[in-house]
Order: sequence, then structure tokens, then C-alpha cells
Amino acid sequence: MKAKINVFLKPGILDPQGKTVLNAIEHLDYSGIQDVRIGKSIEIEFATGDKAKIKRDTEEICQKLLANPVMENWRIEFEE
Amino acid sequence: MKVAVIVFPGSNCDHDVYTVFRKTLGMATDFVWHKESDLSDYDIIVLPGGFSYGDYLRCGAIARFSPVMREVIRKAEQGAKILGICNGFQILAESGLLPGALLKNDTQKFICETVYLSVENTRTAFTHRCSEGDILAIPIAHGEGRYYCDPDTLSELQDDNRILFRYCTPEGMIVPEANPNGSIFNIAGIMNKSGNILGMMPHPERRSDKLLGNDDGLKILGSMIEVMTENVQYA
Repeated sequence: MKAKINVFLKPGILDPQGKTVLNAIEHLDYSGIQDVRIGKSIEIEFATGDKAKIKRDTEEICQKLLANPVMENWRIEFEE
Repeated sequence: MKVAVIVFPGSNCDHDVYTVFRKTLGMATDFVWHKESDLSDYDIIVLPGGFSYGDYLRCGAIARFSPVMREVIRKAEQGAKILGICNGFQILAESGLLPGALLKNDTQKFICETVYLSVENTRTAFTHRCSEGDILAIPIAHGEGRYYCDPDTLSELQDDNRILFRYCTPEGMIVPEANPNGSIFNIAGIMNKSGNILGMMPHPERRSDKLLGNDDGLKILGSMIEVMTENVQYA
């Protein structure tokens, strides 16, 4: 089983990288874009199949290591 | 009394800090590798600047799990004086010893330049050598130094006088133009509640000898020594 995790800065916290990319998109003459946020994508491959444990572990790993709850939010998706 | 300079894989200001404490301030000072788990001999612990673990994941995010950090937390609880400079500050914030976090500079650039710091509280273990209204000229060198915390934490820091340094102009004006990286409230350095842990982005060890321009940094590093040797207490 695989856990796919996306980590983003919390809404309201300036993401200078996203801002820079937004400027670049506008330089390409695309309009009507409100915001660009850049985050991290992390995949963890689990060897065992105990789904409940995997979900619990993934949540804990995000909380302790993969994200900093002071400044980031995260989303987890699981793939069989 | 002894000083420990913790060395993580990727630390690169460890020798500068070591040199200032040992040669300039005349203290018994040791390098301590991050795999060590005993700091019982040390009263002052410095987490130096650098790029621990290549800044992987987030600055300081991996270093906080180094074996020595458990011992740093234990020593912190016992009242040892702990200073985190630059990457050291990032590690202290990641480990929860200091509130808030350090984000990518709002300019997107790595900034290496001398900045001016307004000393906001001179009655601490880290700043008692400074005088009211002092402005220190000390360099920064970082890509991720934008201090951030939520509004409640900010008012708590203000109420407790735990913001020790704020970026200012050479004349001491705390204005947005003097803020190099977009830090909230121009914050350059903060202290924990018990007053024994300081985290700061600027590098005092790089201004601790007149040969290097000035020795403003000694006001901070020297304060730490004095407070231990002369047993000065601060609330």
C-alpha cells in the first residue's frame, strides 16, 4: 500500500516561490489566475497490508516529521 | 564551566563559534558530534549555523531527531544556556524548544549581508552586556530566515519581552525597509519562556573581533559567559 502526501504552507502564509511562478505565468500572457501555491509531494511505500495501522502511522509521520504543523497543512491519499 | 558546540552533518559555522568561545572568551570549549547523548559536563550549548542534513525536507527538520537533541532538551529543562544561531535557530524551532518557524525569505534570495539589530530587552542572560537602545551590526547569511508565528504567539512573545532582537535601520528605526527577509514584526531573535534559550538568525560569532569590523557579537556571547560565571540572575 502506498501513501501519497501533499504538504502545503497554510493559507495566508506568503509562499514566495508560488508568487514568483504566478508572475512568470502572467508573463506568458495567461490571465485570470488568482494564486499559485507550491508544495511538496511525498510517497511512502508500505510493506505490510494492515490498513488501519498504515493510516495511523502515516498521520503520525506527517505530524512528527513530514510537515511542520506551525506553518504547514497536509493531505494524505492512499493507493492499494 | 564548559561550552559545547554541537556538530551536525552539514554544520559549517561550528569552527567560528568554537574559536570565539575558546580563544576570544577563554572558555573550555568542545566540539560535540550529534551522535553523542551525554552533555552533563556542559553549561552552555551552542547549535551553530550551517546546512544540517543538507536542509532536506525543511531546515532543521532532520537534525531535531539527532540523538544529541534529546540531551539538549534535558539540559534545557535543567536551565543550561542554549544558543541557536541561524540553522541552530531553525533546529530549536523545529524541535519545539522555541515557538514559531523559519520560512523562505520573502525575496526568494539567499541573503548574506550585515544587518542592524535593535536590542529590545537588555535584562536577559543573552543581552545584559548591551545597553538600552543599543544597535548591533551583525551579519545574516540565510535563505530561510523569515520568522513566522501565529498572532497569539506573537502577543505572548511581546507581553513576556521575549523578542530580543528586531531588524532596524543603522539609526535604529524599526521599519519594513530594514526587514531583510519578511520576518513577522521584524523579528531577528527570540527567547524561550524560562529565559535560557535564545534563537537568532544573525551570526554574532562573525562579529566578535575588531579585525572583522566590530565585536558587537561579543555583547551576546560574552553575556552568556558572564551570567554563568558571575551568577547573575534574570527574571
